[in-house]
Amino acid sequence: MAGPGDIDALKTELLSAVDAAADEAALEALRVEALGKKGKISLMMRSLGQMSPEERQTMGPALNGLKDTIGEAIAAKKAALEDAALDARLATERADVTLPIRPEPRGKLHPVTQVMEELAVIFSDMGFTVAEGPDVEDDFHNFTALNFPEGHPARDTHDTFFMKPREDGSQMVLRTHTSPVQIRTMMTQKPPIRIIAPGRVYRCDWDQTHTPMFHQVEGLVIDKGAHMGHLKGILMDFLAAFFETDTVEAQFRPHHFPFTEPSAEMDVKYSRVGDAVKIGEGESWMEILGCGMVHPNVIRSCGLDPDEYQGFAWGMGVDRLAMLKYGAPDLRDYFANDTRWLAHYGFSPLLQANLATGLS
Amino acid sequence: MKFTLSWLKAHLETDASIDNIVEAMTMAGLEVEHVDNPAEALSAFTVAHVISAEKHPDADKLKVCTVETFEGTKQIVCGAPNAHAGMKAVYAPLGTYIPGADFALDKKPRKIRGIESHGMLCSAKELNAGEDHDGIIDLKGDWQVGAPAAEALGANDPVIDFEVTPNRPDWLGVDGIARDLAAAGLGKVITPAPKQIKGAFPCPVEIRLEWPEACPVFAGRYIRGVKNGPSPDWLKRRLEAIGLRPINILADITNFVSYDRCRPLHVYDAGKIGQTIIARRGKGEADRFEALDGKHYTPSAEHCVIADEEHCLGLGGVMGGEMSGVTDGTVNVFLECAWFDPEITRATGRATGIESDARYRFERGVDTGSIETGIDLATQLIVELCGGEVSEIRMAGEAPSAPEPIEFPVSEVKRLTGLDLPGGIVTKILMDLGFGVAGSGDKLHVEVPTFRRDCTMKADLVEEIARIHGYNRIEAVSLPKLPGRREPTATEGQNRARHARRALAVRGYHEAVTWSFCHRDQAALFGGHGEGLELANPISSDLDVMRPTALIHLLTALQENADKGIEDPRLFEAGPIYLTDKPDGQRMAVAGVRYCAAGRHWAGTREADLFDAKADAIAALEAAGAPVESLQVAAEARNWWHPGRSGVLRLGPKNVLAEFGELHPRVLKALGVEGRVIGFEILLDGIPSPKKKAETKARPALDRAGLTPVKRDFAFLVDSAVAADTLVRAAKGADKAMITDVSVFDVYAGKGVPEGQVSLAIEAVIQPREKTLTDKEIDAVAAKIVASVEKATGAALRG
Repeated sequence: MAGPGDIDALKTELLSAVDAAADEAALEALRVEALGKKGKISLMMRSLGQMSPEERQTMGPALNGLKDTIGEAIAAKKAALEDAALDARLATERADVTLPIRPEPRGKLHPVTQVMEELAVIFSDMGFTVAEGPDVEDDFHNFTALNFPEGHPARDTHDTFFMKPREDGSQMVLRTHTSPVQIRTMMTQKPPIRIIAPGRVYRCDWDQTHTPMFHQVEGLVIDKGAHMGHLKGILMDFLAAFFETDTVEAQFRPHHFPFTEPSAEMDVKYSRVGDAVKIGEGESWMEILGCGMVHPNVIRSCGLDPDEYQGFAWGMGVDRLAMLKYGAPDLRDYFANDTRWLAHYGFSPLLQANLATGLS
Repeated sequence: MKFTLSWLKAHLETDASIDNIVEAMTMAGLEVEHVDNPAEALSAFTVAHVISAEKHPDADKLKVCTVETFEGTKQIVCGAPNAHAGMKAVYAPLGTYIPGADFALDKKPRKIRGIESHGMLCSAKELNAGEDHDGIIDLKGDWQVGAPAAEALGANDPVIDFEVTPNRPDWLGVDGIARDLAAAGLGKVITPAPKQIKGAFPCPVEIRLEWPEACPVFAGRYIRGVKNGPSPDWLKRRLEAIGLRPINILADITNFVSYDRCRPLHVYDAGKIGQTIIARRGKGEADRFEALDGKHYTPSAEHCVIADEEHCLGLGGVMGGEMSGVTDGTVNVFLECAWFDPEITRATGRATGIESDARYRFERGVDTGSIETGIDLATQLIVELCGGEVSEIRMAGEAPSAPEPIEFPVSEVKRLTGLDLPGGIVTKILMDLGFGVAGSGDKLHVEVPTFRRDCTMKADLVEEIARIHGYNRIEAVSLPKLPGRREPTATEGQNRARHARRALAVRGYHEAVTWSFCHRDQAALFGGHGEGLELANPISSDLDVMRPTALIHLLTALQENADKGIEDPRLFEAGPIYLTDKPDGQRMAVAGVRYCAAGRHWAGTREADLFDAKADAIAALEAAGAPVESLQVAAEARNWWHPGRSGVLRLGPKNVLAEFGELHPRVLKALGVEGRVIGFEILLDGIPSPKKKAETKARPALDRAGLTPVKRDFAFLVDSAVAADTLVRAAKGADKAMITDVSVFDVYAGKGVPEGQVSLAIEAVIQPREKTLTDKEIDAVAAKIVASVEKATGAALRG
């Protein structure tokens, strides 16, 4: 029959064995030896039933205490062994963090589309919507309705691309300007009209400063009171917003376009800052766009009365705006699709031109 | 149009400087392109006096000159045979740039055969002041030493070149330029009226106008006993200054009047033409003639011909014939001053390709009121310079009627420009420009002069008034905002493209912009160009049809990038493709290409394959708002894709939104692209619009099943021709309420799988709704899946 002295001896023995356990397997064997069904402590607990009530009074709590102490010691040892094992494993899991990441190519958006989005934002704030029209146009929309009568010498100035004649002799053209969108808009919408129409246009010309395809943006306002003062105002507001400058020194010169009367060209002052151009102030004038009051014949050919409705229109080169604002002087690069050029002059797809966070 | 300052001053009395004149022209709408002031190029050259010219001791042909210059006496070695003591010459100091020889003198004196030379005495050619290079300039006249050489040479007349807009033929005469500048406040018009010379005898040549639409009026005059030859210096200089080559007096007079008054004329050698001059339609081969440009032309019935009874003498308003042209030996002449219809002139000019000053003027519209003044001025000049006796004027036909007058409310100026001008200013401007103005108050009756046929309506007069008053006086006002709330201004299509572009750039593609046209052979690789989309006048034969796909230039650009050594370039474009020549035949395509590149990386790499292109296409479609979960995939891409490694993404059987895969190797080879390339092309227009605008933007409530989903795996043996997508759809469709997802996790063919079959392993996600499923219930769903797959594909569950 075991007495309290045995318990103490067993406790000492087991605790030192727990402490000495080298790994989790040894610890588990020890647990079975002490606390398992046939373990030493379990066997001693079983003998409680044969004891006198007095003996049980002292031995019961002592045995329970022993069981708890050993259980806790094993748990603590187990945790310590697991920690040590983890540390040992982690010690082997070393990477050279200076090695490069897997490549994640990022693309850029073309400067022309960026500028078109900037135009949309600025003019949207003035109440303009973005209108579109086809590149392959008929003679009516590209010329006749715009007051280029057939056989008019102004047609010669456009270096027009023609499609081969159809069976009926008519010839489609590649639009030489975005102005046909004016016609399409006026014929389908009721005034007041405020649109811009950016898009591809085509002229049969190819040298350092001309490409057979380029981009224009057209603006059109039609209502009952829009006059040249508004035209000047809107264009100066636009240039200030686009070039992000407070000063826009501009001049309007008389010019001739068949589809406007009176017609004007707009020049802005600029200065060169290194290779770049600062728009708005400076020593020299730069022609930036053509504009004017929509010709009464154009208004009429769209089914509106020019004595009731009036308005103005303008057109300018989108590629040129991109060149002036963002550099990249050679127009031909805009269509060469060299990914180094695109990466350098392009724009992050996460950028969305807007008035809250900026145009670019 | 070029003219010189002195020429302008023959029509405009003004003290304005050249700079002020240029500024006034610009602000009146005469866009100055270039001012060439010869005095500027000669600013370093001055008059010098040669005190002595001795033979060079060591060279027979050289002279050592002592020259008095503005900077003292200089020793100059000179090779000119005409260098002599006492002459006035033109001196160039050391370091001067010599424009005619295109070199600069050394800055330090140079020894020529041992004798120092301190500068240079110049020939006319060296100063671009003439052709003479045989000797140095020997100035006539009493010039002071140091006087500007430009002045001494008469080379101080600036030449102004400006753009004549097609509406203003009157600017093609110096008198018309003077009129506008005078109206703009620069001076007074002093254009002299021509002298009228009375005819001494009846004109022996008859004129018959057989095609009045083309030539409604024709004035002729016979002048006998003229003496032709080289023109006097003033006339030669005037023509040479604006780039015209003097020919002989008679020809030079017609050129002069053409530029002085925008009044083209023609002079025939009367000895070489018949008794009747006829303006008529061309007669084809019978009219074949040699024009003054030395080329032969065959006028058609659409062309206006001037002929005598036997021959075609020229194309009316375009160019005269060589046969009847005047020469130095011409004695009797017949002078023509006619008016030719702009459109017919233009048609003739275009058909023949003749560019002449006459055509340029007539096709823009010569003043219909200039017949008499034209013939008078020409007669006056001929008599003054060539002598001769003039006939009476023979006038055939009638000039077109004067332009319609315009009823003009002054308030129109304010309506269109915002300028509030008193009637007095409006009237003055119009009258200064040659308009007749009657009436008062707001209502003016405006007579349009014959040289301003471009003015036909109120807006034209508003432009005249505004440009002369000054566009810079129009006040800029901001456009008032439209009232009310505004809808977003972008269209659905624009937003689709915007989002698709961003998705692709984020996935590593750079955005390209490529030509809308391509070569027909390139188009043929992609199904050919659409009907009616062949260019009649392509910029180059490489770009002669409209592209049916955006892939062509992307592929060639890919190769160009690779040729530059750029690793794994990726390009996309969002741009138009052209299926027909109708407005709805243009579609918005988004295409992208990249190589099947593996790259190299220390952690290992994977070669890009068609599934990358598929993923990119789906990503772009999803960004563009396409319902990608409803997309069907089929191996039905067209024949420019790899037959076994490509497919389409579509909604329903007809609405193909995208093609993707590997490009066909033969297509790549034909385009000169090396290596394997994957790509895609999406048509944004096929994406369905949201059915209708919802009342609110609130989302429906989230259905978040609270019970843990159950996953079950199945492996099927299936014929390798069966599309995995068919099998997956069959599995999904087995119980749409319970099966929320089916994915393929293994595809295997080879050992253990019968020939012609493939093992496809799928995982099905079964989502309990109300209560946890029992094993029996799960087995029931699994059985449905197996049955459905077997039925749809003939597959067998692998044992």
